[in-house]
Amino acid sequence: MGDFASNLSLGFGVALSLQNLGLAFLGCLVGSLIGVLPGVGPIATIAMLLPITFGLDPIGALIMLAGIYYGAQYGGSTTAILVNIPGEATSVVTALDGHQMARQGRAGIALGIAAIGSFFAGTVATLVIAALGAPLTGLALIFGPTEYFSLMTMGLVFAVVLARGSILKAIAMILVGVLLSTVGTDLETGEERMTFGLPFLVDGIDFAVLAMGVFGIAEILRNLDHTETRDVVRQAIGRLLPNRDDFRHSYKPVLRGTFIGAALGILPGNGAVLGPFAAYTLEKKLAKDPRRFGQGAIEGVAGPESANNAGAQTSFIPLLTLGIPPNAVMALMVGAMTIHGIVPGPQVMTRNPDLFWGMIASMWIGNLMLLVINLPLVGMWVRLLKVPYRLMFPAILMFCCIGIYSINSLPTDVMFIAFFGLVGYMLIKFGFEPAPMLLGFVLGKLMEENLRRALILSRGDMMTFIEHPISAVLLAIAAILLIVALLPSIRKGRDEVFTE
Amino acid sequence: MKKIALALAAVAGIAATGAQAQQNYPNRPITMIVPFAAGGPTDVVARIVTDHMSRTLGQQIVIENVAGAGGTTGITRAAQSQPDGYTIMMGHMGTHGAAPALYPNLKYDPTKDFAPIGMAAGTPILIVAKKDLPASDLKGFIEYVKTNADKVNQAHAGVGSVSHTTGVLFDSIVGTKPTMVAYRGTGPALNDLMAGTVDFMTDQIVNVAPQIQGGNIKAYAIATPERSPALPNVPTTKEAGLGDYQVSAWNAVFAPKGTPNDVVAKLNDALVKALADENTKKRLLDLGGVIPSAEEQSPEGLQKLVDSEVARWTPVLQAAGAKAE
Repeated sequence: MGDFASNLSLGFGVALSLQNLGLAFLGCLVGSLIGVLPGVGPIATIAMLLPITFGLDPIGALIMLAGIYYGAQYGGSTTAILVNIPGEATSVVTALDGHQMARQGRAGIALGIAAIGSFFAGTVATLVIAALGAPLTGLALIFGPTEYFSLMTMGLVFAVVLARGSILKAIAMILVGVLLSTVGTDLETGEERMTFGLPFLVDGIDFAVLAMGVFGIAEILRNLDHTETRDVVRQAIGRLLPNRDDFRHSYKPVLRGTFIGAALGILPGNGAVLGPFAAYTLEKKLAKDPRRFGQGAIEGVAGPESANNAGAQTSFIPLLTLGIPPNAVMALMVGAMTIHGIVPGPQVMTRNPDLFWGMIASMWIGNLMLLVINLPLVGMWVRLLKVPYRLMFPAILMFCCIGIYSINSLPTDVMFIAFFGLVGYMLIKFGFEPAPMLLGFVLGKLMEENLRRALILSRGDMMTFIEHPISAVLLAIAAILLIVALLPSIRKGRDEVFTE
Repeated sequence: MKKIALALAAVAGIAATGAQAQQNYPNRPITMIVPFAAGGPTDVVARIVTDHMSRTLGQQIVIENVAGAGGTTGITRAAQSQPDGYTIMMGHMGTHGAAPALYPNLKYDPTKDFAPIGMAAGTPILIVAKKDLPASDLKGFIEYVKTNADKVNQAHAGVGSVSHTTGVLFDSIVGTKPTMVAYRGTGPALNDLMAGTVDFMTDQIVNVAPQIQGGNIKAYAIATPERSPALPNVPTTKEAGLGDYQVSAWNAVFAPKGTPNDVVAKLNDALVKALADENTKKRLLDLGGVIPSAEEQSPEGLQKLVDSEVARWTPVLQAAGAKAE
């Protein structure tokens, strides 16, 4: 414990220097401002802003990059709530209830609770990293392909439970998502699958392209169908900050979301994507009246947003202690660190303790900055909704195009968001939910790869999934969840939701 | 915006006589296409080298990451751009060595479609294994892999990646065929190597050095003529008895074919100056990189390297039945 305190004080000593405080603030601010552009998620933001950190010393640069990351992450939630465009996989669920809240004139509250929930989750996650970072690395190592496949299976069952309305339609959408994820070069053999010989499909479909299309562009098309609902949003801005009643509804989801997100964030192979989905499902199951979900329930924003931020933070654990990036954003952070002459790995903690602990302390400071920057900005973001829609939608469209182009510099990506926009619009018209499809897309790829990897390692023996204890437990949970979801009484409840 | 700039440049090229246009080269920012995502080993090398090159040239070199299809998407685009010196690229062992064997429909020929500028950095390849593998040296390891061929799992970061091609080369030299397990990127592959789920892999020093220093995995040999100062205890493949296994994931600067000779000379001069700069050198060495020899830094030396690399990789990869399309 004495170690813990002295380490943290070393860290805060580094992070609280005037220069580093300034850099954390600047990083969060710039990250928030760029990240709030629709379709520009953390990866694009960090890649764009990477060069501005070149002139700094390594610690300052990393503190600023971490700030940019949190800022962009929060910016992604802002667009999810305001314009229904999730910046990345983890803010898909935020869009479900967050955007409904915005349509009801509660955008400020949704943004406020997202910021407050994120701050709380960030604080807890920082302490988790500081206290348990080193011992927890073991967790990343016991999750091999077998365990990971089972975890993803459980995730897909979550997706079924998560879906609103017809369970049949939900399963259909999940399967379409899984199918879309198989487009592209096969990882094991290098063969092209379902690319129709088109060169731009060789690397598969980009998540950002799919999400921006079926959520963002489709939303714009739908809004242009009937402009009058949009006017209601404009006129009734309502309160900007959550009141006591909102807090009463949110504090438990925030606690639960933090726990789930922090735990899943440590896992390798982007376990953090499951956090918000799991938190949302849990809240919906625990709610007295699950029907409010999807209609603007504040729990549906508070839980997933906390999980999102806790996961964003704890996914630094494998990076800082093992030197292994668990997802694409962290891989970019590795690059950023190596450019500054620090190769992440187990030796960083002992060789550069000031950098290691300084960065951990700056995580908390970054979260505080985020709150300081964003609470006053909530009013400004919400006022954006007042801009007449005929002016707003061309701007959103333009930013979507710029955002998507900036990721890979491929014109075909821009064409693709238009295509998926039309697909998404048709899905909405026919009453299909795009969210399960996106989850199927994200999990499908991971699931297939880990399934094949596990079977290659076991030389084709299916029993491997039951012989590994963690895998067996996860599969059992999935089976139980599925049975519960399919029980007649609950299905009746579902049908009610659908007819309502 | 870039299209407009290119169009203007094309018009300018027609209007002015070639020599005049080149005399004041460069008079606007230069784009360097890096065919991989920001943050990867090639991107890092590109950013370190162009940082100094920009100062020599007096114009900013802007990095544009065009990722996809093992780097061939970006290189295809760069190869087809105006050969005026304002679009250059950072190629590597994969895009300018292994690609013809891996991508039968490749739209460029690494040996013919480029004006080589010079090699920027070599990244040594290491043979690494899980830490509790019984063999204590490379000889013992090869023995182990051969006798347990049905049990051994070899990890790599996806078909066409450096760890895949260098791994296939290792297997063909040793004469073994372990089970290949593909991962999406080096990170997850290393994770499972550390956990002992897979047995061994071959990869670039920048990726594996921290794990070797931290004692999470063990290294049997480094595939360069000399030991690396970053890992002084790891023997070279020659010392360890496998001298045929010499391989490096090199990065080199290319311009499209047809780029005027004096522009190539100016770019090469800037590259050579960058690689002579102590600070740039130190940053590359810190990554475990090797500074190219004077010959490798020259356009002629690079052309030779590309020719020999294509000739070397094509039979090895075709024999292994590896292709990415």
